[in-house]
Amino acid sequence: MSSIDSPGRIAWGRLRRHRTAVPSLVVFGLIAVVCLAAPLVAPFAMDAIDLAAVKQAPSRLHWMGTDDLGRDVFSRLLFGGRISIVIGLLAAVAGTALGALVGAVAAFYGRAVDNVLMRITDVAYAIPSLPLLIILSAYSKAAIVSMVLIIGALSWMATARVVRAEVLTIREMPFVEAARVLGAGSGLTIFRHVLPNALGSLIVGATLGVGNAIMIESSLSFLGLGVQPPTATWGNMLMDAQSTMAAKPWLTIFPGGAILLVILSVNFIGDGLRDALDQRQQLP
Amino acid sequence: MGRYLRRRLLQLVPLLFGISIVIFGVIQAAPGGPEGSLLAAGRLVDPSVIESYRHRLGVDQPVYRQYLNWLGASVKGDLGLSFSTSRPVSSMITERLPATLELMGVAFVFAALVALPFGLFSALRRYSLADVLGTGASFLGVAMPVFWFGLLLQLIFAVRLSWLPVAGTGTVGASSLGDHLLHLILPGLVLSTRYIAGWSRYFRSSLIGVSGAGFVRTARAKGLTESRVVGVHTVRNALVPVISVMALNIADLFSGAVITETVFAWPGIGRLFVQAMFARDYPLLMGILLMGAATVILFNLVADLLYGALDPRIRYE
Repeated sequence: MSSIDSPGRIAWGRLRRHRTAVPSLVVFGLIAVVCLAAPLVAPFAMDAIDLAAVKQAPSRLHWMGTDDLGRDVFSRLLFGGRISIVIGLLAAVAGTALGALVGAVAAFYGRAVDNVLMRITDVAYAIPSLPLLIILSAYSKAAIVSMVLIIGALSWMATARVVRAEVLTIREMPFVEAARVLGAGSGLTIFRHVLPNALGSLIVGATLGVGNAIMIESSLSFLGLGVQPPTATWGNMLMDAQSTMAAKPWLTIFPGGAILLVILSVNFIGDGLRDALDQRQQLP
Repeated sequence: MGRYLRRRLLQLVPLLFGISIVIFGVIQAAPGGPEGSLLAAGRLVDPSVIESYRHRLGVDQPVYRQYLNWLGASVKGDLGLSFSTSRPVSSMITERLPATLELMGVAFVFAALVALPFGLFSALRRYSLADVLGTGASFLGVAMPVFWFGLLLQLIFAVRLSWLPVAGTGTVGASSLGDHLLHLILPGLVLSTRYIAGWSRYFRSSLIGVSGAGFVRTARAKGLTESRVVGVHTVRNALVPVISVMALNIADLFSGAVITETVFAWPGIGRLFVQAMFARDYPLLMGILLMGAATVILFNLVADLLYGALDPRIRYE
């Protein structure tokens, strides 16, 4: 007997066969779990200073060496990763949610609402985002929450445009008409009937947004504007390492490698999800 | 075309207006107001001195008047005086502009020279070892944090191998054209990486898309040589969307220059911006942001017009 699979199951089946998405999912999952569990698994405390062991090259005791204050680089990498990954995930969710809301409302109501919201999107697109991010993060006290809000507030535009385009089609579908005939209000229709049908591109957008947000956070921290020391993030570890890069290359190589690995795996996952969730693609 | 251009230019007016409001608002939101940085320096304690200072800066006027004053002056090219140097912002920007344009130009040309031939090669030899490796490399290129890549290149080529200078635009006391060009290599390479990765993938998929088109089959069927089919019919059509993306990315390069110039101590606009940030020099920040936004808008327009100029099927009404 053949059974009819749900769209989610079909997408999962496609994703599972994706050559790079699955290993990436494993790599990212491992890194995320180990970093989030940093207080439990890190061999040393994040800011445990050991002046007897400064500037040591990687060894059996200190896997990735120690920094100027004798702090264990591997432990700091785990604690820093916790913050970088949390900021990346939350900022991507915030940016995607804002973009989905703007896009859906613009397309659903059309006319003047659409016009105003899309012109605002144009304005947000036209201002170079990194300089603006630099200014805003210099204002804030560089706490995790403000980093999430600032990055989210400046990375919604692409999602808004994609969602708007999708909702323009979705709102003409018979089931939307049916919902309205049955007396559903606009809010209910948008959130219950319209947006779930744009979920595929939202998931892809959010996934790629994670990599983008981690990149932005590390760039800001590298300029000295992100989360402030002594709290470690991958970006500010690199900033610290810059002056002593020649003598102690391990301080530069490991944090940057971690950023690269996480962004790379997230991008591969996003790529796989895009292939898996593309509704227009025919089933094999 | 003329009518389309006129309409597009007209649309820019509300866009520029919105941008100016956002930039002005962001600076107004500065803790302690834009003048706070000057007053906080501790030099000014006498209230009457503070008052005269506020008056000279114009910040004793209502916010909307300040905005209109700033807007009116900006339109005429007067971006105000820098807080940190008391010199006109516009001349500080124009001083630094050549260095940024040079770096962006080198990065752009280098990226195009590498990305386009490689994109063509991987499209022609699809799924070959070089194509697969190229795909992997371009994923790496997109995921690579710009500043870290810069640090790594400095570590390898400047510190370890001593082939190239670490940073700056020239060796002090021994500057020559050759020396200057050596200083350009690493920052140029770092700034172009992302675009090499992006453009080569985009050109590859555009070529693959076009090579399935009916007119390519027709060209083959009427007996044209393979080099004419690819060189004339496929490549030219596949280039259209790539060129418009390249024009769009020129504006993007500006954001990338902020980080690259900081890593390599390159004395351009990006570095000026970071310095202005730490000095809380708000007029300078506003000026640079405004210039950046204008660049984005300009190249958006260029990309649109190029698209129409290259593809005769697109007609602007």
